[in-house]
Amino acid sequence: MKLNRMIRPTSTRFFLAGLLFLLALTAVTFQPASAQAPTPSDDEVNAIAKHLYCPVCENTPLDVCPTVACAQWRQQIRDLLMEGRTEQEIRDYFVARYGDRVLAEPPRYGFNWLVYVLPPVLFLAGAFVVYRVLRGSYRPVQQVEAPPPPPDDDPYLKRLEEELRRREQEGQ
Amino acid sequence: MLANFGYGAIVLAFFVSLYGVFAAIYGVRKNRAAWVESARTAMLLIFPLLTLSALSIVVLLVTGHYEVQYVYNVTSSAMPVYLKITALWGGQAGSLIFWSWTMSAFATAVTLRNWDRDREFLPWVIVVSLITLAFFLGLSIFVENPFERIWITPEGRQVVSMLPPAGSILATVRDGRGLNPLLRHPGMIIHPPMLYLGFVSFVIPYAFAIAALVTGRSDDRWIRLTRRWSLVAWLFLSLGLLLGSRWAYDVLGWGGYWAWDPVEIAAFMPWLTGTAFMHSVMIQEKRGLFKRWNMVLIILTYSLVMVGTFLTRSGVLSSVHAFAQSAIGPLFFVFIGLTLAGSLGLLLWRWNDLRSEGEMHSLLSREALFLLNNLLFMGILIVCFWGVFFPLISELFTGQKVTVGPPFYERATAPLFGGLLLLMGIAPLSAWGHSTVKTLGKAVWKPALGAVAALVAAYIFGVRLPAALIGFFAVALVIFVTLYEYIRGVSARRRRSGESYPVALMRLAARNRRRYGGYIIHLGVVLMALGIIGIELFQTETQGTLARGQSLELDGYTVRYDSLAIFDVQDGRNVARAEVTVFKDGRNLGTLAPRRDYYYDSGQPMTIPGVRSTMSEDLYVLLVDWQPVSEQGATFKVYHNPLINWLWVGGFVFIFGMLVAAWPDREPAPSVQRAKVRAGTQASRA
Amino acid sequence: MDQTVEAAAQQTSRRLPTWAMVLAFTLLVAFLGLVYFGLRNSMAGPLSIGQPAPKFTLQTFDGQVVDVRDLEGKIILVNFWASWCKPCEDEAAALEEAWRRYQADGDVVFLGVDYVDTESEARAYLEKFNITYPNGPDLKSSISDLYNISGVPETYIIGPDGTLKYAKKGPFLSINEIIMVVDGLRQGNTGAGS
Repeated sequence: MKLNRMIRPTSTRFFLAGLLFLLALTAVTFQPASAQAPTPSDDEVNAIAKHLYCPVCENTPLDVCPTVACAQWRQQIRDLLMEGRTEQEIRDYFVARYGDRVLAEPPRYGFNWLVYVLPPVLFLAGAFVVYRVLRGSYRPVQQVEAPPPPPDDDPYLKRLEEELRRREQEGQ
Repeated sequence: MLANFGYGAIVLAFFVSLYGVFAAIYGVRKNRAAWVESARTAMLLIFPLLTLSALSIVVLLVTGHYEVQYVYNVTSSAMPVYLKITALWGGQAGSLIFWSWTMSAFATAVTLRNWDRDREFLPWVIVVSLITLAFFLGLSIFVENPFERIWITPEGRQVVSMLPPAGSILATVRDGRGLNPLLRHPGMIIHPPMLYLGFVSFVIPYAFAIAALVTGRSDDRWIRLTRRWSLVAWLFLSLGLLLGSRWAYDVLGWGGYWAWDPVEIAAFMPWLTGTAFMHSVMIQEKRGLFKRWNMVLIILTYSLVMVGTFLTRSGVLSSVHAFAQSAIGPLFFVFIGLTLAGSLGLLLWRWNDLRSEGEMHSLLSREALFLLNNLLFMGILIVCFWGVFFPLISELFTGQKVTVGPPFYERATAPLFGGLLLLMGIAPLSAWGHSTVKTLGKAVWKPALGAVAALVAAYIFGVRLPAALIGFFAVALVIFVTLYEYIRGVSARRRRSGESYPVALMRLAARNRRRYGGYIIHLGVVLMALGIIGIELFQTETQGTLARGQSLELDGYTVRYDSLAIFDVQDGRNVARAEVTVFKDGRNLGTLAPRRDYYYDSGQPMTIPGVRSTMSEDLYVLLVDWQPVSEQGATFKVYHNPLINWLWVGGFVFIFGMLVAAWPDREPAPSVQRAKVRAGTQASRA
Repeated sequence: MDQTVEAAAQQTSRRLPTWAMVLAFTLLVAFLGLVYFGLRNSMAGPLSIGQPAPKFTLQTFDGQVVDVRDLEGKIILVNFWASWCKPCEDEAAALEEAWRRYQADGDVVFLGVDYVDTESEARAYLEKFNITYPNGPDLKSSISDLYNISGVPETYIIGPDGTLKYAKKGPFLSINEIIMVVDGLRQGNTGAGS
């Protein structure tokens, strides 16, 4: 649902780059006049707010949070954008004041690496186990050429098994 | 009076469960069937007792006995009767009783089945079910008692308790606080009971698994006995999750259906292990493999149900869904610790008896692919589990609070879900026992060709995102494979017996409902996947503040702000209702009315979107803000959600498939009647 | 996961190795320990009256640094607030009025801790209610975490001996309520929390 973020932020960054360029130009030619920068649109604010989480309403992204506190945060983003800050700078601003919890994901340093490293490691371990199981039980087939059906003493299972084989043959 | 009666009924049920546990264990140890039979009778007694208790609460709720604390907390006189009834599960105390009541209904149904073939399981199934039940009843009695009343002591203080403090009188309370407005939505009325039913019914297969471990029966009898229970549990859990998503889409007002909120994930985790279990039990049934793994899965599922319930209700995880803080945490913690340790101990004790009877013969056999499927489900589970618990771990070790939000889960699970989709396309074509590249290739090339055609079509229509292309390919593959399987089966039948196509289709499905129901479920899943791909990869949004007559543009749509009305409604709401007109390419598509409801009694706002919904896309308009005085300017947020409706359509197909697979029938087949029932089911599908 | 290693891999009748069993139970205990930690956190109630009050430093909006440790021997009123908090506005005037009453004597200190707020709004709020006692943002919510607040407004009063004397959730209804507690403490009585 939120993958269009991948598209949106780039366009924002593009816009910001342009904005910065303009600001740089004005800074050279005239006096710094950031107040004259156009008011950032709601979409530009939301594109950044989407990635931030306000501690007042936990687990709700800032762009959709209805509380007054969050509305103030969005206004803050707008103000910072008007000052010409980049998305990264704005995030850093919020992290400095409110802590790492405002980010949608733990920042990638120190202890937090665990959150990114452990799932793939466990998954690979699982994949290795599956591989071993497949290999381990694959070998016996070569010893016994034709795979014998598993011995069943349960007549019900036998019947099922037979039904299944029949259907499998029917199908082909 | 009624409160005392209802309370008495729970207390009685609590003692009856304890007695049942004792009688069953004593009966087994002394080898006396009469005691086990007595335990069985005890189990039967609990359902009527809890029914009386639950009914007492409902009567108290409906008749507005606000001196009962629970009634005061969840109802108010302005609420319609149906909401008063469903307020039974609108708060912690009531929903615990509701949970116990459904649990007892399932336990009763199990008790009533024919036990002649499986005598040795009976006492242990009773013990596990009744211990679980006694625990929940204990919570109701000692911590979250829905029958506590508000008393006024002689000194004029208010006291909430079951028994009146000396000399005090019952308080007169005119009105209650009313149900949380977020819960006053039809989706929310059925969503919790469905989830509870799903949770509760997983207790039954778990009880049988434990019974098998205790008695040392290492065959797959427990799996065969509980096959239908697992399916039913899975059906309800899936339904609960689906309804929850729909509710979120309709009510929470953020344009999505799933937020990777810790509590959502807590309900999703047992679904993951349950789904893996549904697949891997088939390996054990057909091939005698993975007995230990199936035990692990069912124990995990039960534990995740308990842990999920605990996390949601104890306030350990903060979330929009979380219940108000409650004192049930410590008791719950002890119970979880004991059941986890007990299950693990039992499993390890019986480890050697649970050897596989068969062997894997081929890397492409159905069982090998199912194993892969399990690996992927476990991968998703690990991501979810780790994501939910990492903030706690971080706080414990570094003192830092962190958020693990959607980007983490989306990045980590998307490839795993993609892998599952592809597997879903291939696995149905591989055979049990033995499959080679050649046989599988022969079966798969026709559907794969169709899928490639779909891929090319998607490309031509302008889809360029690799993730979306892969997704569409997998979806098309599953659809073609499923159709292909049906066609293969139907034409084979037709060739052999000369039945007409519809008859052949019905008989085919009737012959192996689990298999063909399963295919329908797969079809449902890929349709849902289509919706998810649509909204995940192609959702766009815009927001703007408009004066009357101005409009917002998004993906060819124009949304014009026409008017705004702010008014009070009888049931204690203040409503701000905007009207917007939607145009596409200059054509007027009608008006939408997004609104913001403000509930005076709880001080809670609710954002209800105006949605224009078609099979290809939804236009989802939210009223974000407005100028209260002039009513001239208003801020709107517009989402364009392509394909989202397929999520709900897929949900219906999914449930239909589940009904096909799980519809009860008698084991010795009275063929005529069966055909009729199936004919009915099939007809309803057409 | 490790049980599965064995479940699947060992088709033979070899026993489950001890290390696997130990590992399984260790993981279980670790998990329970984690849940216990979470449970303890979530059940931790408000600070209890009489315990030593948590020490903190507050950097005010004017750039001063106030360290509670330096204020030993004084009565310290710590008020948690936010500009987006409606009930906070109800008590803002009363708090300021009470502050002006004690300011000259010098034995009572008021500190405003601004919880999760934006600076511009916070300054506007202070200006609107003409608040003169030291106020500062609660950076990274560290002070709020120390006091385990459950919302705003919340007020704590620390006695001259550095222990917590009084705690209140929700706004003061009138200046009298504040004066009663603070005066009680000045006279050496320990006020009761509500």
